[in-house]
Amino acid sequence: MITASHAEHASGHYLSHDWTLRGWLLTVDHKRIAWLYAASITGFFFLGGLAALLIRLELITAPGDLLSSETYNKMFSLHGIVMVWFFLIPSIPATLGNFLMPMMVGAKDMAFPKLNLLSWYIYTVGGIFTLAAVIAGGVDTGWTFYTPFSSLFSNSAVIAAATGVFVVGFSSILTGLNFIVTTHTMRAPGLTWKRLPLFVWANYATGLIMVLATPVLTVTLLLLGLERGLGIGIFDPALGGDPLLFQHLFWFYSHPAVYIMILPAMGVVSEIIACFSRNPVFGYKGMVISIAAIALFGFVVWGHHMFVSGQSLYAGILFSFFTFLVAVPSAVKTLNWTATLFRGHIWFSAPMIYALSFLGLFTIGGLTGVFLAALALDVHLHDTYFVTAHFHYIMVGGAVTAYLGGLHFWWPKMTGRMYSELWSKVAALALFIGFNLTFYPQFLLGYSGMPRRYHDYPEAFEFLHILSSLGSGVLAIGYLLPLVYLGWSLWRGPRAPANPWDAYGLEWLADSPPIKHNFTETPKVTGGPYVYD
Amino acid sequence: MSTTETPESAPAEQFNTMAQQRHAGLMGMWVFLITELLLFGGVFGAFIVLRVQHENVFAEAAHHLDLVLGTINTVLLLTSGLTMALAEQAVSVRRRGLSLVFLLGTILLGLVFLGIKAYEWHHEYTKQLLPVMDLPFNYPGEHPEVAELFFNFYYAMTGMHAAHMLIGIVILAVMAALVAGWRAPAKLDRQIHIVGLYWAFVDVVWIFVFTVLYLLRG
Repeated sequence: MITASHAEHASGHYLSHDWTLRGWLLTVDHKRIAWLYAASITGFFFLGGLAALLIRLELITAPGDLLSSETYNKMFSLHGIVMVWFFLIPSIPATLGNFLMPMMVGAKDMAFPKLNLLSWYIYTVGGIFTLAAVIAGGVDTGWTFYTPFSSLFSNSAVIAAATGVFVVGFSSILTGLNFIVTTHTMRAPGLTWKRLPLFVWANYATGLIMVLATPVLTVTLLLLGLERGLGIGIFDPALGGDPLLFQHLFWFYSHPAVYIMILPAMGVVSEIIACFSRNPVFGYKGMVISIAAIALFGFVVWGHHMFVSGQSLYAGILFSFFTFLVAVPSAVKTLNWTATLFRGHIWFSAPMIYALSFLGLFTIGGLTGVFLAALALDVHLHDTYFVTAHFHYIMVGGAVTAYLGGLHFWWPKMTGRMYSELWSKVAALALFIGFNLTFYPQFLLGYSGMPRRYHDYPEAFEFLHILSSLGSGVLAIGYLLPLVYLGWSLWRGPRAPANPWDAYGLEWLADSPPIKHNFTETPKVTGGPYVYD
Repeated sequence: MSTTETPESAPAEQFNTMAQQRHAGLMGMWVFLITELLLFGGVFGAFIVLRVQHENVFAEAAHHLDLVLGTINTVLLLTSGLTMALAEQAVSVRRRGLSLVFLLGTILLGLVFLGIKAYEWHHEYTKQLLPVMDLPFNYPGEHPEVAELFFNFYYAMTGMHAAHMLIGIVILAVMAALVAGWRAPAKLDRQIHIVGLYWAFVDVVWIFVFTVLYLLRG
């Protein structure tokens, strides 16, 4: 069990502490930096969502009538670039992770608070720069910048956009560095590695991936920039270079990046499911090993993006094997969450609805990933809507759903306010229904042969496309609602107690909202997490 | 890594003890160096793939680099590693003057290295072996288009290394100014060890750059 003194005094929590522009823009408090990040990523999210909505509007009818094919290419590039680089990568780690990592280890702040603030500035400046490039100049390469199209043929603002993504990479590296050093050096007395909450483990593993994978992307984009700007030929076959090399280097980062997006989501879901089923997480040790295994295997599966790009067959077989292997720890986690629910006192609060949605959607996303890992089947499904549906089930059904679940779960702690229970449940259900309506038809489309990235298609596909577009409308409601009632709660929501869910974890010992240095006295930990009975 | 002026006995506000702060600072630099390792690793990986594909041409092209100047630079840089280590020791035993001498010596060696490197680049430019921005590329051997690739890597790798040297020299200059001021020696001691790690990394990377570019000449 945990002992700590409650901070009973009402004097100045972190929000009221110094409410000036300077107090926000020059803050080194991890909790305020979390809010800075939250504001930025919310902006990017709705922008990327708007692009997605335009794509879905175009696809309602078979002929390409709303957008020209060029504009359509730019729209899905905008959607991909913004959502992957500027929303999904920082989403949970930079907001919830920033807010909670120091609190969950019983520390006053991150190990390097100034680097933490610097990382937000790098992110925001890089993000706005990229956005300007993508919107003013237009980029039509998709979010992956594949050569030789990006280096030789595309006439759009590739260098500027790649430079922005290059810069933003450093913010990710700094966040990862902070997570790693904070987890190693800032833990409260008695908080051994075996007592860490799974959210901390997940973000720690994410930090490792950020630190190990991002620099490779950085240097790849640097080489791409040199190639386009100075005419050096590392990826250009005419100059003796190798275009496939770009894909290898790119996916060496960008496949592990998928785990940067999903591991923190798994951390969030572990906390929520334990709390709202009043059961300790089943198989804590197995969960930790699975987190480590996913992070590790994530580095040896990049070649599964290139089964049909002409890499050697033997490489393909190995990458296929390792990809099947990732399914094992993922399945262990899914089964352990299910076992945690078993005979629990389940409370269908909004965070729990999100977490259960995650469980179902992640399972579908994960299993369809196993289809795609099979070499022969992938030849048929590669570059179809099946792939699009698969990764949206992981990225949106998994990562975004968990992000919203976590936001609702820790909202009372972060703001000191409760939100509308009814509306939050409506929003969570709208997300689940809208999401499935949008993306389930895409599995069917892909399986029947509808390729990705086309802005017109045969009329036979029209019905499923209409369903998908309808779903995206419902999904949009699921995203917009929280903006309204969470925003409302900031002013009108009832005051939240320190521990509204009766949950375990050091963060719930602090005030809601916490004081500047989180705890009045460093907590002492004498037992493991999740002592629900 | 914190640079705020706190009294010597008190750690920065996020830490509980000085030992914790020292541990965190050193670990932060180690983790940062791992990211640097992977940054260079990407280029080295690409280089190795293409070298295996074009083994003979790359080996031949390496003959057009100046091995003598490269070796002199290697000696200079390794010596600067020694002076840096001595500077760290001098701060540890609180010898201000000696620390300053070794730090300035390290900076000087670094600057001479960069000077020689710049001379080498200029020399290659006059030999028309700088194939960027439509400059003429006049390679006397066979398969000039593949040799061009070798030279592209040569500039990318030595350029990245030189950029790291430059950053290191700026940090060393700041460090030298702090040592000259000699306030809070315990803090200086912590900082110079962190800076020393970075400088050692820049050294080690050069050993690899030198080996794969200059020495693998078949």
